Amino acid sequence: MSAGTGLAEQADVSQAAAEAPRSPAAVTWRRFRRHRLAVVSATFLCTLFVIAIFAPWIAPHDPNQQDLQLAQFGQPANPQAGHWLGSDQLGRDTLSRLIHGSRISLLVGFVATGVAIVIGTCLGAVAGYTGRWVDMLIMRLADMMLAFPPLLFLMAMLVVIPRSAINIAIVIGIIGWMNVARLVRAEFLTLRTREYAEAARAIGVSPTSIMFRELLPNAMGPVIVAATLGIPTAILAESTLSFLGFGIQPPLASWGNMLEPAWSQMRDHNAWWMGLFPGLAIALTVLAFNFVGDGIRDALDPRSRLD
Amino acid sequence: MTDLAERVPTSTEPGSEDLLRVDNLKTYFFSEGSTVRAVDGISYSVKRGEVLGVVGESGSGKSVSGLSLMKLIDSPPGKIVDGSIEFDGQDILRMSESEMRSIRGNQISMIFQEPLTSLNPVYTIGNQMIEPLRLHQGMSSAQSWERAEEMLRLVGVPSPGERLKAYPHQMSGGMRQRVMIAMALSCNPKLLIADEPTTALDVSIQAQILELMRELQNELGTSMIFITHDLGVVSEMCDRVNVMYAGRIVEQADVKRLFDHPTHPYTWGLLDCLPRFEDALGSRLTPIVGSPPNLANLPQGCKFATRCPYAWEKCHQEEPPLFEIGHGQVSRCWLHEPDNKGVDARVILEREIQTTVEKDKGPLVEVRDLRTYFPIKRGLLQRKVGDVQAVDGIDLDILRGETVGLVGESGCGKSTAGRTMIRLIDPTSGTISYDGQDITTLPEKQLRPFRRRMQIVFQDPFSSLNPRRTVGAIIGQPLLIHGLATRSNVGEKVNVILERVGLNQHHANRYPHEFSGGQRQRIGIARAIAAEPDFIVADEPVSALDVSIQAQIINLMQDLQEELGLSYIFIAHDLSVVRAVSDRIAVMYLGKIVELAENLEFYENPLHPYTQSLISAVPVIDPSKRKERIVLQGDVPSPINPPPGCRFHTRCPFRFEPCDKVEPRMLQTDNGHRVACHLYDPEYSEGAPGRVMAQPVNLVAKTE
Repeated sequence: MSAGTGLAEQADVSQAAAEAPRSPAAVTWRRFRRHRLAVVSATFLCTLFVIAIFAPWIAPHDPNQQDLQLAQFGQPANPQAGHWLGSDQLGRDTLSRLIHGSRISLLVGFVATGVAIVIGTCLGAVAGYTGRWVDMLIMRLADMMLAFPPLLFLMAMLVVIPRSAINIAIVIGIIGWMNVARLVRAEFLTLRTREYAEAARAIGVSPTSIMFRELLPNAMGPVIVAATLGIPTAILAESTLSFLGFGIQPPLASWGNMLEPAWSQMRDHNAWWMGLFPGLAIALTVLAFNFVGDGIRDALDPRSRLD
Repeated sequence: MTDLAERVPTSTEPGSEDLLRVDNLKTYFFSEGSTVRAVDGISYSVKRGEVLGVVGESGSGKSVSGLSLMKLIDSPPGKIVDGSIEFDGQDILRMSESEMRSIRGNQISMIFQEPLTSLNPVYTIGNQMIEPLRLHQGMSSAQSWERAEEMLRLVGVPSPGERLKAYPHQMSGGMRQRVMIAMALSCNPKLLIADEPTTALDVSIQAQILELMRELQNELGTSMIFITHDLGVVSEMCDRVNVMYAGRIVEQADVKRLFDHPTHPYTWGLLDCLPRFEDALGSRLTPIVGSPPNLANLPQGCKFATRCPYAWEKCHQEEPPLFEIGHGQVSRCWLHEPDNKGVDARVILEREIQTTVEKDKGPLVEVRDLRTYFPIKRGLLQRKVGDVQAVDGIDLDILRGETVGLVGESGCGKSTAGRTMIRLIDPTSGTISYDGQDITTLPEKQLRPFRRRMQIVFQDPFSSLNPRRTVGAIIGQPLLIHGLATRSNVGEKVNVILERVGLNQHHANRYPHEFSGGQRQRIGIARAIAAEPDFIVADEPVSALDVSIQAQIINLMQDLQEELGLSYIFIAHDLSVVRAVSDRIAVMYLGKIVELAENLEFYENPLHPYTQSLISAVPVIDPSKRKERIVLQGDVPSPINPPPGCRFHTRCPFRFEPCDKVEPRMLQTDNGHRVACHLYDPEYSEGAPGRVMAQPVNLVAKTE
């Protein structure tokens, strides 16, 4: 090393050493925190997770305990002390059912999205990186799946397999991977032309390694956004299925199947609480996930107005 | 000498011939918790009909100062916080947005660097050209079309009537820049701001555009602010120059005075770090040490002090004002305080001549008749309809320890050739031997040991490093892959490599985005040398860097070559950079090598008309060293359908009968100079135009 180049870096070194290292993730987190609605939503969701995890200890009543004293002649009980959100026509405590139902909604939301992300990312990465006929094949498959009415597909599947929460989640995931695959493919189409991908090839890194270890972390931004926005879609899908009677089977409580009797009870007994609270739970959760998703997207996008 | 503080340049009396007067202009950008002082108190004036050059490195505030004049600063985050701009008797900063609109594009217009992005792709050229005419000049539709056609003719666009109906993508980069100039001048602006108007263009096109701008300026007498980083361009285009550093003007002078009698250490540094044609072979460049300061956290005192070899305590404590030197020259340096040494302080370091190590002349890489075609597929069935003949039959040997410069304009296939040689792209035909072994068709598995030995350094220090990996992981990767280190000792080895490229071990756990362009390029080089290769393809490794940093990187690459015995292919479009690093130089045009010679011979006795024009097109600072410029007409033809015969014949000023029919063969002189041109071929030379034959060469047809 000559004197010239040694000297050249002294100023640089001291300058860079002055600040603490900041990883891309740390930068994203700092930007996310400035999105107030997203932070509030994230707090709400965290509370919801805690409630879901500790449901048996938090819920004031057994969610499946029928109390015919309470619901006399099938008349759902009004909100009252001890049953703050009222009961259904069988005298089951709405609040307790909501608390237990959150487990189902969150489970379905996360598992379904997880399934969609794994399938979508793998297929999208392979399609985008390999190109040619592989890409053609995978993308046409995605087009075919997208063309099929999702509800019909779900109902058809759930006629055949047992309707447990986990099965429902997986099935919802299976019909939700196409958007993720398209996103990941689009990212990979540009990422594979990046010079660091070429540099990795020049070093002798294998294609699988380049795809999943070099490029995938760089494509995760949009995937994380898609995931956060996919969770509410899955929750809604489960609610719809349960409402239609194809989803979670009673007596197990889910927000969707709580709505199912609510419709007739609201008509016959003016039991507004049976519709309002599960509906509110679904709406707030879906909204919160959407805000968090927006927050993450803005934090990840260097062109967003925040910076 | 008097201390006139910040007011020197605007001292002319009111009502003078000044068109523009800028006084103490400050443009800051505010982002969370920090203020970037992009322009921090600059004062200057532009006379009517004058061309003012603004030079500086990236981040010096030269572009922001130009945008501020048009009030085109995005707000937030940017804001003009202080100062005044007086344009033609009007106070720009007091104007409302609607008043500004009548100034922009009408009285002041602007040309940007990137002609592709500054034209809207969905409208025809004509539609975009008539807009300002109708808006500002109130012309009727017919009048404005007529004027647009006239302007296109003025800027030398062939068949302008038809071109008005074309879309931007149907025109080449050079043509688009002509259109931009025509648009900018169509309303007869009083002031034209050109922000790096030729930086994105090839040298031969740059020469065309500069010539055009000079002619137009003479003809129309428009005042101009010419923003550039290229001192050669400044010297050829400008009357007066502002040298900017860290948002300040550090020196201001007439162009001749600036180059004959520079007074600021930064200007000295800029002049000294440039590679030049007249340097002795093997001269080592003198870089400016360090990198520009962080504009959000400027040092106290003189902003250049940390990089200045002449700085003393005072420089680090107190910022110097602009001192008047005389002859309209001012300089922001304590050296020029009365009683100080002034320009006498300047020490011009004799350029050290690198001792060329004894080169083992055996060939390391041998390339024979290499072709790389990219198929073009069309239609539903993806039928092949043609080929992009990116590399079309090149022969080249790279000897051990030598640097072969590979030059040519964009699209000539030089990058593809480099990448094909190390099998990043599969060749269509021909052979590549590495150290005596044929690697042309080796499958990836067997290629792996060769991957360790041949590496690549990329042009863009931003996209060549994975943003999600730490520097340590990036440099350690080749070591782990080739089993040169284990997980436990890779850290140590990475530290050794970091030191070797002028970084240190603290950098290992940082991410690429925390580094400057020059530092990133060091990281890219570190990755390339990590696995101890013997051959490196350097694909425009310094063309994205500022000149002062460029010299650092070139020196680093030369040191590494000496220490590690590397062979380089140095791909570049800048002929003076190639001059500084190469042992031999090859010129490519449309996929073929047209000339190949030893460094000295190449510059002193270029044979091919294309080489001659490339060398003459390089902007030169010293007017006495300027050669008669051979400006090539037109653009590089498409490599999909290259011209028959000699591919260069469509642009060649010396073409004669055989050129468009017979492909020239490679000829060789007895000192190893190779050229593919009919002018020198004994078979045709009788009919050849005599001019280039002034120096007859003893040619021997190359033995196949």
